[in-house]
Amino acid sequence: MELLSQMMQLLFSGLTLGAIYALIAVGFVVIYNVTGILNFAQGEFAMLGALTCISLVNNNVPLWLAIILSIVIVAAIGGIFERTALHTARKSSVTTLIIITIGVSIVLRGAAILIWGTQVQTLPPFTDNTPITILDAVLLPQNIWAVGISIVILILMMYFFNYTFVGKSLTACVVNPFAARLMGINPEKMSLFAVIVSAGVGALAGTVIAPISGATYDMGMMLGIKAFVAAVIGGLTNAPAAIAGAFLIGILEAFTEGLWSSGLKDVVTFTFLLLILFVKPEGLFAKASGKRV
Amino acid sequence: MNSKSLKLIYNNSILGPIILFAVLFCIPLVSSSNYLFSILTMIGFYALVCIGLTTLTGYAGQISLGHAAFYGIGAYSSAVLTSTYGLNPWIAIIIGALISAVVALIVGIPTFKLKGYYLALATLGFGIIVYTLFKEFSSITGGSNGFFGIPPISLFGYEFITDKSYFYLIWVFVFFAILFTRNIIHSRIGRGLRSIEGSEIAADAVGVNLMNYKLQIFVLSAIFASVSGSLLAHYVSFINPDLFVANTSIFFLIMVIMGGKGNIWGSIVGAAMYVLLDEILKHYVPLLLPNVGGQFEIVFFGILLVLTLIYMPDGLVPRFEKLMSKFKKKTPTNGALQSTISVNATGGDNK
Amino acid sequence: MSNKRPILSVENLTKVFGGVVAVDNVSFTVEEGEIFAVIGPNGAGKSTLFNMITGVLPSSSGNIYFQEKRLNRKKPYQIAQMGITRTFQNLEVFDNMTVIENVMTGAHITMKTNILTAGLRLPSVRNEEVKTMERAMEALEAVGISDLAYEIADRLPYGSQRLLEIARAAISNPKLILLDEPMAGLNSEESRQLVEVILKMREQGMTFLFVEHDMETVMSISDSIVVIDNGVKIGEGTPEEIYQNPQVVAAYLGDEEEEGVEAYA
Ligand SMILES: Nc1ncnc2c1ncn2[C@@H]1O[C@H](COP(=O)(O)OP(=O)(O)OP(=O)(O)O)[C@@H](O)[C@H]1O
Ligand SMILES: [Mg+2]
Repeated sequence: MELLSQMMQLLFSGLTLGAIYALIAVGFVVIYNVTGILNFAQGEFAMLGALTCISLVNNNVPLWLAIILSIVIVAAIGGIFERTALHTARKSSVTTLIIITIGVSIVLRGAAILIWGTQVQTLPPFTDNTPITILDAVLLPQNIWAVGISIVILILMMYFFNYTFVGKSLTACVVNPFAARLMGINPEKMSLFAVIVSAGVGALAGTVIAPISGATYDMGMMLGIKAFVAAVIGGLTNAPAAIAGAFLIGILEAFTEGLWSSGLKDVVTFTFLLLILFVKPEGLFAKASGKRV
Repeated sequence: MNSKSLKLIYNNSILGPIILFAVLFCIPLVSSSNYLFSILTMIGFYALVCIGLTTLTGYAGQISLGHAAFYGIGAYSSAVLTSTYGLNPWIAIIIGALISAVVALIVGIPTFKLKGYYLALATLGFGIIVYTLFKEFSSITGGSNGFFGIPPISLFGYEFITDKSYFYLIWVFVFFAILFTRNIIHSRIGRGLRSIEGSEIAADAVGVNLMNYKLQIFVLSAIFASVSGSLLAHYVSFINPDLFVANTSIFFLIMVIMGGKGNIWGSIVGAAMYVLLDEILKHYVPLLLPNVGGQFEIVFFGILLVLTLIYMPDGLVPRFEKLMSKFKKKTPTNGALQSTISVNATGGDNK
Repeated sequence: MSNKRPILSVENLTKVFGGVVAVDNVSFTVEEGEIFAVIGPNGAGKSTLFNMITGVLPSSSGNIYFQEKRLNRKKPYQIAQMGITRTFQNLEVFDNMTVIENVMTGAHITMKTNILTAGLRLPSVRNEEVKTMERAMEALEAVGISDLAYEIADRLPYGSQRLLEIARAAISNPKLILLDEPMAGLNSEESRQLVEVILKMREQGMTFLFVEHDMETVMSISDSIVVIDNGVKIGEGTPEEIYQNPQVVAAYLGDEEEEGVEAYA
């Protein structure tokens, strides 16, 4: 019974982590699909979302409003980022693009130090955080919030991409930018839109995790890299697969930490990533495609 | 045709390197500031890593976000082998380089089947794994507390302790690294590497064993990084894992790209730019905003980086060379020089 | 031709992409010293056939033999080392190098320099470089673009890039060269020159397998022709036999009026 409760406990924290990674990973996939760029600054959106929200709450803005405002603010920052950096540099080589988005993440991190300093800041939980006990495992309501919000958002996004005109247009840009243009869809606007959406969703991820693990200026980097791992495990272009990848990574991390060593958590995660890249580079859930000569 | 006509393709003159080093080695005549030498020494460490990395990234077109791992393997090999096992530092440097080479080979075989973003992530992951191992195997490495008391390096009884002496030492390494890599670039091997960046499929079709080449150059660049790391360890005498985090790898790549990938001089300019900028920002920016803690000055670094890459995607040195060649085109010169310049200028960023 | 030895045999070669059968059970034999043409409408599977022979694509089934050695599962670079080089329909020049460096890269397999000797720049390396450079210059002269030797390959006009690819494929003295639509984009002067080059290299013992839509060239220089349509071989023989073959004429009439055999006939 004790083992079972420990397993449940680890599973809960794994799902929570996975939910956060999933929100950021979906952002990766959306931007990558529309622009062909992997945005290494993705994790910083979560950081900005968390810290902005905390500042607003500290200034007596109600929590729900603070969350919405921080999403809007970060989405706007995402839009500026797309126009100034991504859009201007979109024709560069992969290596240059990687460095540019890393450069942007450096800027955002530095700006965060300037505004918020280096201290860990906390956000109150969304609701009363009295632990709930399930099968002897303790579950905090904030964890339920995390998983719940991310599932709702992910479902909304799926609906959006598959059933709405704008969403389908986004997908069309990916499949065939030229045809999309002929149909009056402007791929450039779509790129802007994709970055704004991903930034907003990233910000939400930040506000959700802030009550659980606090927020600092440098929280974005690891969140970003882990979400990136999740997206790649899922095959990089496939949002549902990226989400599955995110939960897989979250659970793997929680169990490594709980059963073995928190220090070696990253070793396990990245070894897993390397194994997948080496054995099935096109992602766990994808089919291969070849270049024509 | 005689051997001179090779000059039409490759400018192999050692005049450039010699002038650079003549100028560098004249600095002690006009200044004896330890601060200056410590900065020049740091540039030397980074330049050595970047020269290797640029052959991989610039010429062969393969990204690595994990070179801090080799830098670290070199440093820790030197630290452990000299302090714990009492080996001569020179032997430790060589063993460190061998370890790095073997690790690069083992990691490289599966890794270089990957391309683009996947390769970036795989090398990043490798770097993070190695960093975590430095931190976790504290019985050997000292863990997060770091490794103290690494002995200095000496040659024929002379100990390299002062910043000035180390400045000479590291730049002699850089000098030979430049000659060695440039010789490689200007040869069958260099063409093989560049053909990979030019067109993998055509390279394959003319008989270039892509995997073999990628591995060879990965191993070579790992050795350069390892030697640089070893020398660093003997210089600072104290190392900790945080010197070898993912960010260090990222900054190596930033130096290479900013200076101009596919250009050996670019890696030296990039390393110098980085170190100087870092120093300047660290000193002057906090004066403007004295109340802020933490290294927020990286904001400015980030902005400069992004602007440079957006407006000079080829990096500084190729941009400079292009300007020079435009300038030269206005005055009649011989075609030889022109094409040499344009080889260098365009060797870089074509995808 | 029967006194000659086969150099390349393709046996029941098939390539399936997803559900599409791009090459369907194709067999033919190229003999030493031949100029052998593969023709067929767009999308017939000609490039796919070349990609399988040169190891770019794995075949789905069937066999390829080069001088009695089986090529299946060999990597492109290994196939190049065995003496088969090629050009590409959608140009693949090394756009980050000068023209002469492109050709020198073609000589890669004939050289011995390794990373260590190169780094130390031993005298042997220097000699080899000089020799290769001279050979590259000759190869460029042969295709008539030696005046462009020091240009960046990327800046060459389309036709010159084609000629460059041929020089690059020929410099290593391969036994068999595969040309995928070598005349596409060449003006008539360049085409004539290229035909001369091919005929001259054949004299020196090279064998050519080429895909070409320009029927005039195909009919005038080929010793043998294979016609494929929709992945299937529908005819084989000498130029005379080919344009008397009703099936071939029908295939061309059906798809490609302007480029067809009948336009020539
Ligand atoms: N990598 C690939 N994946 C899927 N289908 C492919 C691929 N390469 C070619 N095909 C398909 O295989 C068929 C044959 O194509 P191929 O390029 O070999 O024709 P081709 O005879 O060379 O035509 P062309 O004269 O236009 O060059 C076509 O239907 C093409 O769409
Ligand atoms: Mg074709």
